[in-house]
Amino acid sequence: MNIPTPEWLSAAAVLTAVASGLVALAADRRPRVLRHVAFPLLTLSGLACVGAAGLALLGGQSFSAELPFGLPWLHWHLRLDPLAGFFLGIIGLVTALVSLYGPSYTRVYQQSAYSLGALGLFTGLFVAGMQLVVLAADAFAFLVAWEVMSVASYFLVAYEHHQAANRRAAFLYLLMAQIGAVLILLCFGIFSGFSGGFTFDDYRSITLTPFWASLAFALGLAGFGMKAGLVPVHVWLPEAHPVAPSHISALMSGVMLKVAVYGFLRLLFDLLDAPIWQWGVVLLAVGSITAIYGVLYALIHTDLKRVLAYSSVENIGIVFLCLGLAVTYLSNGAPAAGVLGLVAALYHCLNHALFKSLLFLGAGAVIERSHEHDLEAMGGLIRRMPWTGLFFLIGCISISALPPFNGFVSEWLTFQTALQATRLESGVLRAIVPIVAAVLALTGALAAACFVRVYGIAFLGQARSRHVRRAREVKSGMLTAQGLLAGLCLLLGVLPTTVVGALGAVTESLVGRAPAAATRQGWLWLTPISPEIASYSAPLVMLGVLIALAAWLGIWGWLRRRRGQPLIVRRDPWDCGFGGLTARMQYTATAFAMPFQQVFRPVWRIGEQHLREMDPLLPTRPQQLEHHLEIEDRAWRWLYAPVGHWVLTAARRVARIQTGHVRHYLVYSFLTLVLLLWLIT
Amino acid sequence: MSAALWVFALLQAFVFVVAAPLFAGWVKWVKCRMQNRRPPPVIQPYRDLRRLFAKGKVLAHGASPVFRAAPYLVFGTTVIAASVIPLIALALPTAGIADAIVLVGLFALGRFFLALAGLDIGTSFGGMGSSREMMVAALAEPAMLMVIFTLAMVASSTNLSTVIGAVLDQGFALRPSLLFALLALLLVGIAETGRVPVDNPATHLELTMIHEAMILEYSGRPLALMEWASQLKLLIYAVLVSNLFFPWGIARSLEPLPLLTAAALLAVKLAALGALLAVGESLVAKMRLFRVPVFLAVAFTLALVGMLSFVMLESLL
Repeated sequence: MNIPTPEWLSAAAVLTAVASGLVALAADRRPRVLRHVAFPLLTLSGLACVGAAGLALLGGQSFSAELPFGLPWLHWHLRLDPLAGFFLGIIGLVTALVSLYGPSYTRVYQQSAYSLGALGLFTGLFVAGMQLVVLAADAFAFLVAWEVMSVASYFLVAYEHHQAANRRAAFLYLLMAQIGAVLILLCFGIFSGFSGGFTFDDYRSITLTPFWASLAFALGLAGFGMKAGLVPVHVWLPEAHPVAPSHISALMSGVMLKVAVYGFLRLLFDLLDAPIWQWGVVLLAVGSITAIYGVLYALIHTDLKRVLAYSSVENIGIVFLCLGLAVTYLSNGAPAAGVLGLVAALYHCLNHALFKSLLFLGAGAVIERSHEHDLEAMGGLIRRMPWTGLFFLIGCISISALPPFNGFVSEWLTFQTALQATRLESGVLRAIVPIVAAVLALTGALAAACFVRVYGIAFLGQARSRHVRRAREVKSGMLTAQGLLAGLCLLLGVLPTTVVGALGAVTESLVGRAPAAATRQGWLWLTPISPEIASYSAPLVMLGVLIALAAWLGIWGWLRRRRGQPLIVRRDPWDCGFGGLTARMQYTATAFAMPFQQVFRPVWRIGEQHLREMDPLLPTRPQQLEHHLEIEDRAWRWLYAPVGHWVLTAARRVARIQTGHVRHYLVYSFLTLVLLLWLIT
Repeated sequence: MSAALWVFALLQAFVFVVAAPLFAGWVKWVKCRMQNRRPPPVIQPYRDLRRLFAKGKVLAHGASPVFRAAPYLVFGTTVIAASVIPLIALALPTAGIADAIVLVGLFALGRFFLALAGLDIGTSFGGMGSSREMMVAALAEPAMLMVIFTLAMVASSTNLSTVIGAVLDQGFALRPSLLFALLALLLVGIAETGRVPVDNPATHLELTMIHEAMILEYSGRPLALMEWASQLKLLIYAVLVSNLFFPWGIARSLEPLPLLTAAALLAVKLAALGALLAVGESLVAKMRLFRVPVFLAVAFTLALVGMLSFVMLESLL
């Protein structure tokens, strides 16, 4: 018993997370408890998760356990297999880093009207809930853990509850979470109805008819998709994620969305038997629409955290697109390409967890120091906060899928998977897959534009407001967390072959096949199908970069010794001779997005107002110029408003029986009694 | 043998980088002749670069490290991109490091920093250039990837060497997919390298410039690197067009005779392509900015048609 076993580590992880929550209750009296006890406990919990994940993925060790909780006839079943291990690893990694960030970040709330104890309690419960979701091995435990996760995160979204907008966002989130949970419950209900049991082992043992399997698939897609933020049921996500405290936003966008993906993967590849090719088409359609929709909205919004939230929608779309490719290939007798698609999906989950957490933590640092949410008020932050600026830049490069960072690897793997379309038998599918690849290419290019805009407007240029001009760099704890995440982004981009090798354990357990060809050439080369077809050597690209850097430094040093200090003159930038550039003359975030707004106009519902008052004496001189831009999510008008309206109307109809007269209620009671008697006898 | 291959690959990359200003000079020379002007000597770009390298830097107040690092990153990514493209010989080890998709990624990385540099000083020109560049790129990049996918499916590989080899092996067969892909690549190349009718490399007129607006604040050595990188990018696209679609003559072994033939043939092809570009630029006027999406949509549609014609028709043969 020298080596910790996976069950020991998993139990330790869940218990420390709960303990961290309970300890934090004391933080209302003594704020230091939160910083010095609760967050370190959360770090430990995260590290224990990573340890358990490592044992499950690399050592192939897994365990099953039965806990004496729950219903008398149904104890909780827990199981750690490679799939659960992988997602437990994501949860642990991000939790550990976020809890390094938390202690300094939560100082803001110390003087505020909000309770630190509640923040700590629900953070601990939220993390424990997510850990239990991936460990659960029966429907009952799964749903209880799922609800703990949802409800705890509801309280975290509603944390700054003095603002009405936050309460509204939190309510919307809770509503969608509950509808999603009901759909998942119905989906499990189908399995329970046919198998008679509640454990996942029972579910695995039966084979559903294609109709019931498709129904379970549809319910699962809707239920888990609601949590993951698939279009058109994504509307809660850009409302809820930005209003939570930033380290919670990082956990929600970086980790909770992945837990939803985990649930869907468990259903699709583990509980359901063999996927049907039509599901692949559905996933491809949903995934590509979500991806392009998310990135276009991210491109036009100006609230920093909302942009990041829409970009999460985009990335979840990419993950589902990869899953669609995987299902399409697996159900058409091309397992090698299917496994590659699955690997791309898992890789992208991990990547998105890292860079989106990094970006949310960076956004939190910026907002804490500048008190501005809007890109239009920022500018020049790289000079005020150089380290945050550097790490945020790395996050932006990674999420824009640029080499040699991690986002590029998963995108490259997805493209390589899509290029195997010639292996498919059906002509329709062979045409669909390349079109999906085209959508992905467009998404990637738009994402790059989106993050050039975010970084260029927020961190470069001149400060556009007083607070931003006076922003200072954040404390070292917050920087360490961002720095480690940035380092991991680079590491996963430079060593893709090692990561793909580790993901092999997951695909092996899900579809009985590992991407063997991808790792055959050693750690230096990533060769998804074979070295002749495609290869990418990120370490060598990196080596090239380093050699170029060394050569340049050599030449520079030599020149410097020969010519002495180079002549650098600092001057004002070119201002067209009008004299004096001000911060207001810079390109704004809205102006940057304007060409895109022209090209993709039908996508958004935009309310644009110009106000222009001219000087009556000199008609060419404007006295007042204003421009208002309001962007409404189309899904709101298409789906939410009609459904909401319908529910309200139905409620009003039902409310008619509520007259307020006692004699009417007595009649209702009597009629109910008669009905029940008639039913029973 | 392997070491010799690597040395040859590096040598080829060196030639590629050094030859880039010559190609730009040649295009300018032909264009001047077309327009009845007296052309500068073909080696004029080298003189310009030497002059810029010798000069000191003038930096704007408030230029951040991103602004100062951008020229090196833009130049570096373009050089790495150039080093993985087979110029006169196939089967080089460098082609395996980065395939065609990574090539597009490297260009995107360079462009990312170019656009950030444009936004860094906080002048409206820089922001305007960055915004427009990203819009053009966002529409051009998918079209470029579609061209690459078409070629990759024809050759069942994304490795540039293998693709060129496959096109070489099939002889002079006229495939509709390749024809469409060629047309699309020409349009994408024009947009990506900022030539007329999408952008005008010779203009400094405020409302029309895209690429020039972003590098307006550079001077001295950084400007030289930016200029060189854009000349190199032009040559890369020209080499891609000639080697991917007209590869005949490219050396398959490292014997002196095939290499010399390949170099001579490539020079002829590039000269013809450069002349064609100059003629095209003299005949066509620059488009309004919001006509550019239509132009790129045509490129994208051509590439998509090329790919679908392969998937629907040719792959079944």
